[in-house]
Amino acid sequence: MPKRFETALPVLIDKHQKQLLEGWLSQQRSSGAWTAEDESDTKSQATRFLAELRKAATAGQLEDLQARQWAGTRELLEEVSRARAARGFTPSQTALFVFSLKEPLFALLRDESGDNAEKLAAEIWAATALLDRLGLYTTEFFQKAREEVIARQQAEMLELSTPVVQLWEGILAVPLIGTLDSARTQVVMENLLQEIVKTGAEIAIIDITGVPTVDTLVAQHLLKTVSAARLMGADCIISGIRPQIAQTIVHLGVDLSVTSKATMADAFELALRRVGKTVVDRANPIRTPAE
Amino acid sequence: MEQIPILKIGDCLLVSIQVDMHDRLAMALQDDLTAKIVASRARGVMIDISALEVVDSFIGRMLNNIAAMSRVLDAVTVVVGMQPAVAITLVELGLALTGVRTALNVDKGLALIRRLIDGEEDELDRRKG
Repeated sequence: MPKRFETALPVLIDKHQKQLLEGWLSQQRSSGAWTAEDESDTKSQATRFLAELRKAATAGQLEDLQARQWAGTRELLEEVSRARAARGFTPSQTALFVFSLKEPLFALLRDESGDNAEKLAAEIWAATALLDRLGLYTTEFFQKAREEVIARQQAEMLELSTPVVQLWEGILAVPLIGTLDSARTQVVMENLLQEIVKTGAEIAIIDITGVPTVDTLVAQHLLKTVSAARLMGADCIISGIRPQIAQTIVHLGVDLSVTSKATMADAFELALRRVGKTVVDRANPIRTPAE
Repeated sequence: MEQIPILKIGDCLLVSIQVDMHDRLAMALQDDLTAKIVASRARGVMIDISALEVVDSFIGRMLNNIAAMSRVLDAVTVVVGMQPAVAITLVELGLALTGVRTALNVDKGLALIRRLIDGEEDELDRRKG
């Protein structure tokens, strides 16, 4: 890339900064949701961006954004990206911050170049390549910020350990919430077995009310847990099977081959009966809810 | 040669496996146990594996075999005291030991055998009556 293009941009920005800024802001203003808060923020960001861009472009090297002179620009874009992500902008809206500079900038370039078509083409090419790179950088950073959020949430989910609670002497309950993958199954299994040893429980109720879908894999994981508990001498009851899930299980041809109940209450009652206890209605002591 | 002791408690036999099992020992145990069930007219067999930290498919199969043999001789088999890690390993190996009854410890194992035997007798009484 010939040297003169590297110098054309900063000169242009210097000369027409106000005009460029106005054109740029009006471009952004016309692009969907826009509040007064956006206006002032964007204005200061845009002013700083132009200053940074001019500084960096003076030093040349339009191709390499990782170069030292672009550090200020990168930092500013990261700030813009982060601020827009936090305010709920979409990736396109965030990238638009950079891309909307194109139109006013190109208009200026056209005015400056006059009849020199060759120079104009070369200028526009250099500018568009640079702005594309900057725009992509913004999007990339936006993505990265979002991924960090997702990774943090994932870790938090895993940390929300799957609790094993004792409902009665000899009866444990495992309320499962969220999708069962092999990693979580392992954690659930270990927790349950340890609790079985600790409490000497003979019945464990696995409640899947909070499991959004049960496919063959999830069913297999459930059965593994049931088998392991059985090897430790504890019977399992699966509860919280929603109507939709009951249908799915049958359609998939999954054989649960475990005692299952629709609700945790039913499962608990069955468990009580198995350990030789009944629930008595004290106002009406002859009838028990089991009958 | 080392030998696994078989203890008699009432009409139950208690086998506590505390050493590493290998083919010959397993064969010897099956011989001894079947002979003892017949000789003592035992109705229940309890196998305690609480001392085993590692259970492989060989031992898994042996437990299944012993349970099947005892069933032929009309005795119920209960495996007791399995470690959590062992249970997870067996499940991952696909050995759910479906033919074997299990209990958490010797206490609960004895109670289970009692229940199973009594259950069978109740069943008989009901059919007669």
